[in-house]
Amino acid sequence: MADVTAPPGALRRFVDSDVFYSFRQSKVTVVAAIVTAIIVIGAFLGPWIAPHDTYDVRSLNLLDAFTPPVWSEGGNPSYLLGTDDQGRDVFSTILLGARVSLLVGFAATLFAMILGVLLGLISGYVGGTTDAVIMRIADIKLSFPAILIALLIDGVARGIIPRDMHDDLALYVVIFAIGISNWVAYARTVRGSTLVEKNKEYVQAARIIGLHPFTIMIRHVLPNVLGPVLVIGTLGLAGAILAEATLSFLGVGVPPTRPSLGTLIRVGNNFLFSGEWWMTIFPGVMLVILVLAVNLLGDWLRDALNPKLR
Amino acid sequence: MPDTVMARPADARGAPAFVRAEGLSRYFDVSPPLLNRLLEGKPRQILRAVDGIDFAIGKGETFSLVGESGCGKSTVARLMVGLYRASRGTVEFDGHDFGRMTSRRAMAPIRSRIQMIFQDPYASLNPRWRVREIIAEPIRAYKLLSGDQAINARVDELLRQVRLTPADGVKFPHEFSGGQRQRISIARALASNPEFLVCDEPTSALDVSVQAQILNLMKDLQRELGLTYLFISHNLAVVYHISDRVGVMYLGRLAEVAPARTLFRQPRHPYTRMLLDTIPDMDMTGRQRTPVAGEVPSPINPPSGCSFHPRCPFANDRCKTERPNPIQQGDALIACHGVEEGRVPDGPIGTAQAA
Repeated sequence: MADVTAPPGALRRFVDSDVFYSFRQSKVTVVAAIVTAIIVIGAFLGPWIAPHDTYDVRSLNLLDAFTPPVWSEGGNPSYLLGTDDQGRDVFSTILLGARVSLLVGFAATLFAMILGVLLGLISGYVGGTTDAVIMRIADIKLSFPAILIALLIDGVARGIIPRDMHDDLALYVVIFAIGISNWVAYARTVRGSTLVEKNKEYVQAARIIGLHPFTIMIRHVLPNVLGPVLVIGTLGLAGAILAEATLSFLGVGVPPTRPSLGTLIRVGNNFLFSGEWWMTIFPGVMLVILVLAVNLLGDWLRDALNPKLR
Repeated sequence: MPDTVMARPADARGAPAFVRAEGLSRYFDVSPPLLNRLLEGKPRQILRAVDGIDFAIGKGETFSLVGESGCGKSTVARLMVGLYRASRGTVEFDGHDFGRMTSRRAMAPIRSRIQMIFQDPYASLNPRWRVREIIAEPIRAYKLLSGDQAINARVDELLRQVRLTPADGVKFPHEFSGGQRQRISIARALASNPEFLVCDEPTSALDVSVQAQILNLMKDLQRELGLTYLFISHNLAVVYHISDRVGVMYLGRLAEVAPARTLFRQPRHPYTRMLLDTIPDMDMTGRQRTPVAGEVPSPINPPSGCSFHPRCPFANDRCKTERPNPIQQGDALIACHGVEEGRVPDGPIGTAQAA
């Protein structure tokens, strides 16, 4: 073997991989991925492709309020899925709402993931008292329902932050609240994997070289414990989107001026019994489809990365 | 204590010791949790994995430690590279005592001069790293070379030194067989130009044919680079092949230390003799032999006196109460009351028992 065979490109290796094969084999997963992609792209491009700018109060016409969907009697072709009580186009609010929901979901999951992975790594690698303290905090956290902690943080934040900044900071408070209430799953998983990895000889080899423990954690242990984190992260994303919707539905999430799907469902809910069903049903259906698609992706990823289920 | 002097031998050729362990001990606290101790009145439990051993290794020498599972061999290996801190005693490397060093900074000056080769070639290489990165890691960590080009050239040289090709550098560890991985492991250990290599059962996970290749490679490298080896193994044939001197460990203590030739031709300590009796041998077909009876007792609660006495056919009351110290007998150091008193006959143990 004199000639150096170039390693195949990353894309080629991915297409050839077992994971991609199992992806192609599962029709449900392919559909879920396509649906997720459409929603994510739609939400990302929302401000440009939405037929109406619902954030611009001047463009709203109260006379158009309570317009039913276009196929019902009294529908208006310019409002595909009808309008809400303030004359906002429901289709546009859903696009922009999904954008907020996804943003909060991604940001909160990322926050929980980084916090959880770091604490789990430290807990597992350092061990001893540090481990005990972090894990007891995790236990305490687990003994409260996540939504209660999110509510608590939201309530405290409302007390601390000046009233006129509420609407600006509400988004960040929600992200923080959901992130804080979800880090334990990551921390526990990573701690478990770290305990296994740190006794492997490649970590000892790194210790003999005399690397700083932090370097060993990040460069050696972290890449080997990330597999399960990816799965929890995908499933956690669906959970975080739902948690945001729940908080917004309860009225402590993002403000109605820049509504998320949860806010839309709450606002529409007030009119459900007076017959204007489209205001709450369409955002609700959107939320269900989004969460279902992400969950299916997460389930597939969990199975694909688990060699025992192949 | 006269035996202390005896326990500090220079190496076989009379050169001053390069690596020396003195009274080296490592205890592990395996007590039940505090609450259980308080509420259930359970006592503290200390596991004496290594309990006061002395040996010295000369420069360029191969010193082996053999013994059954759980006798503390691997703990000694970890003590000798600073993965564990000694509970008692000292580990001296070229005049630096690092047995009790607490900080990474204190270890830094001698770090690059001591390296280790591990038992499991499937666990000792980070599966996510390319071979080139694995081997280059010590070079980068100690800043031995600067610039990717110089480092790559050095890695190529190391790969060739362990009889692999530079093309192997771009692969991942899972693309190699066990023997090849062990070569990669050796290349990484050599990357920092070490003088002392601790080899913790480097061949026990390999096929017999590959074992010989790795052992010969290690011998060649020793000749070329003037390496000093501490070789840990339970495989007596391997030990005989590679060692200059051999220490036989039993339950955290050294039973006998002797030059390899002496140890295998004329084992003195009853335990060594029973160990050697277990080697299968064509000449021994049909011969009566004494297997090593029983199991190694728990190091949490070791037997009193000589820890081998429950399994020793020559044990008497003194063996049960008094811990034997190593005594110089010819070119061997033997910790046995029976040998000291001349109670242990020289013939095979099987015959001695029958007599």
